[in-house]
Amino acid sequence: MTDNRFVNRSELIGILVLAVFLVVVLPLTLDVFRLNLVAKYLTYAFVALGLVICWGYGGILSLGQGVFFGLGGYCMAMFLKLEASSPENTKIQSTPGIPDFMDWNQITSLPYFWQPFHSLTFTIAAIILVPGIFALIIGTAMFKRRVGGTYFAIITQAVAAILTILIVGQQGYTGGINGMTDLRTLKGWDIRPDHAKVLLYFFEVGCLFVCIMIAQFIRHSKLGRILVAMREKEDRVRFSGYSVANFKIFAFCIAAVFAAIGGAMFALQVGFMSPSFVGIVPSIEMVIYTAVGGRLSILGAVYGTLLVNFAKTSLSETFPELWLFGLGGLFIAVVLAFPNGLAGIWGDYVQPRIDRLIPSRKPKPEGWTDSSVADGAPAE
Amino acid sequence: MSDEPNKGLLSPLRRKLLMGMAALPAITMLPKASFAQAPATSAVNTTGLAVTDTEVTVGILHSATGTMAISETGSIEAEKLAIEQINAMGGVLGRKIKFIQEDGASDWPTFAEKAKKLLVNDKVAAIMGCWTSASRKAVLPVVEQYNGMLYYPTFYEGLEQSKNVIYTGQEATQQILAGLNWIAKEKGAKSFFFVGSDYIWPRTSNKIARKHVENVLKGKVVGEEYYPLGNTQFNSVINKIKLTKPDVIFTDVVGGSNVAFYKQLKAAGIDLSKQALLTISVTEDEIDGIGGENIAGAYACMKYFQSLDNPNNKTFVPAFKKMWGEKTVIGDVTQAAYLGPWLWKLTVEKAGSFDVDKIAAASPGVEFKGAPEGYVRIHENHHLWSKTRVGRAKLDGQFELIFETADLVEPDPFPKGYQ
Repeated sequence: MTDNRFVNRSELIGILVLAVFLVVVLPLTLDVFRLNLVAKYLTYAFVALGLVICWGYGGILSLGQGVFFGLGGYCMAMFLKLEASSPENTKIQSTPGIPDFMDWNQITSLPYFWQPFHSLTFTIAAIILVPGIFALIIGTAMFKRRVGGTYFAIITQAVAAILTILIVGQQGYTGGINGMTDLRTLKGWDIRPDHAKVLLYFFEVGCLFVCIMIAQFIRHSKLGRILVAMREKEDRVRFSGYSVANFKIFAFCIAAVFAAIGGAMFALQVGFMSPSFVGIVPSIEMVIYTAVGGRLSILGAVYGTLLVNFAKTSLSETFPELWLFGLGGLFIAVVLAFPNGLAGIWGDYVQPRIDRLIPSRKPKPEGWTDSSVADGAPAE
Repeated sequence: MSDEPNKGLLSPLRRKLLMGMAALPAITMLPKASFAQAPATSAVNTTGLAVTDTEVTVGILHSATGTMAISETGSIEAEKLAIEQINAMGGVLGRKIKFIQEDGASDWPTFAEKAKKLLVNDKVAAIMGCWTSASRKAVLPVVEQYNGMLYYPTFYEGLEQSKNVIYTGQEATQQILAGLNWIAKEKGAKSFFFVGSDYIWPRTSNKIARKHVENVLKGKVVGEEYYPLGNTQFNSVINKIKLTKPDVIFTDVVGGSNVAFYKQLKAAGIDLSKQALLTISVTEDEIDGIGGENIAGAYACMKYFQSLDNPNNKTFVPAFKKMWGEKTVIGDVTQAAYLGPWLWKLTVEKAGSFDVDKIAAASPGVEFKGAPEGYVRIHENHHLWSKTRVGRAKLDGQFELIFETADLVEPDPFPKGYQ
């Protein structure tokens, strides 16, 4: 607890290794198609990262992160869709200049809440603020009333279900179950060709590292320690004079904003957004990424996301009819054998050997390698 | 499960013969060139597709898992059957068709990802795939960007036309208008009640149906209700139906919701032998889940029923059952999926090339006389000319053909006066 820097030596090595892996190794070894897939997986890593802060450290299990992923993604997609719906591109419609799905639903003018999304600056602000404020409202409503644990998880699920129904039901304004498809350009720059995908990949990795650094900072700051304390014994923290609710709201908002950034990246990378990322199932999947990576490990979240999605893609390509069983088996195996996920394997088996080889100058500070932290029951 | 399919597998020769026989009607229309020496690969494939001197690769992209698997499995089976039959006849331009199957997993982004994989990595010459409108909308930008060829089997809402897609199902006006005309004339129907699932296909179909009822048939729509996909509570709409007493209930409820809808209709005492009900979303596949006793008497309006009595269908149905089991049923979309590989083969032979641009250009006018639904032809707009048929559901889960249009109906994806 004496180390006040926000990155210690072993973590710095870990971050550098991840950087080399993402920036050098993957782009050199993968073709553009596979690299674009990795870019898609990494958009979920933002969500997993947020969950590490919120669930791993704060002990707040949110089963509704898809909501924030979706809000961020839809904000981005609305901007891109407006740009793709120029009057020239949409001249076969009965009302040119509005998104195609509005035309199919007999809407004849652009709704007022779509208007500001002509501006990229507004869109970027909205990607951060809309989910942030939404999380603030939910968080305030729940945590100020001391709703927590499983009740909170259930409510987040309900929110995910409600938002999905809202999006599907208002298809004239949102594209309904089809979502917003055929996104083409960002400020006139075509996002579909290969070179654009590569550029977007590097931009995304850059953003990911900014978020990793923010997460590191939170974790090593006093705030991070309060979060851990809160997770372990909420009442003691409260009796010590801290406002538990505010800290919880903060952690939840950070997780929401991270998820939203991931969603926006997704819309850019994949070129569409649909309600299938908002609902309960994708939200739970996102928690699984974090669990596989190790919910206490910031870098583990990234590796976990990559591993699960790689497994998903390759299993489904090889066994198109049986792959779900394989994936299910993988989850059960990880949870049964390695409750702390990939990071747990690393911390228990690999790290000690490395430490023996390279003598450390200082005693190892707390973190996911520390079994007393890892053994807590954060979900409670 | 019956042991019939196993027996079939044990006797590959018999099966092959049967496949060949099922394809016989198509032989008559093959250009003579296809029996000649296969042309050089460099001549028929100038864009680097997966074509060798002996093989050509196509992709099959449907949901083998997830909620849509129950509907899409039939399409996968039909496409595999068509490919096997084409191979038994010598393939396409002297090349056997090899397929790569990918699972869209009932998830639209996955469809887009897999479509891209098939086109970019595997360089497939064509994709037979997609089912829901949402999956097609997700895949469409991909096939357009990478210049692929998609054969799409489902009846759908229209308002779309692409150089890179051949729509082997019916678009909304083709499917609906003749059926409404028939029921208005036959039953003297004046008032209609619409019930649908809440997404683009039912909404667009009902919009077209409403315009037709109000402007052409001079009737009235007394109610229009939508329910989310997967909804199982239809009591409130059934009460409204009882209050308004429409001449016809017109439904496009899809998927598993159908089971609840028809069971609740029956439980509420609505007798489909007295109350006319016209559905555009229930095929033999859905009746499998609904149960024949719950839906007997309802009318369905589409282009194909398993019970069609024509020589093509009489060879197609046994061949399908031979390959996939006696208990399988064949719905409208399954038949449309079967057309995909055949139309592609005929177009390739007409164009004399696997190049996508040449196939897209050669598609209009391609005709398939061996279609189980009867003769079909590709229109300039890449949809099919096809007949519209009305069938009445029977207790055994099959439809009895009641009415069919005299001529092929022209596909009109952007109908004037219906938008």
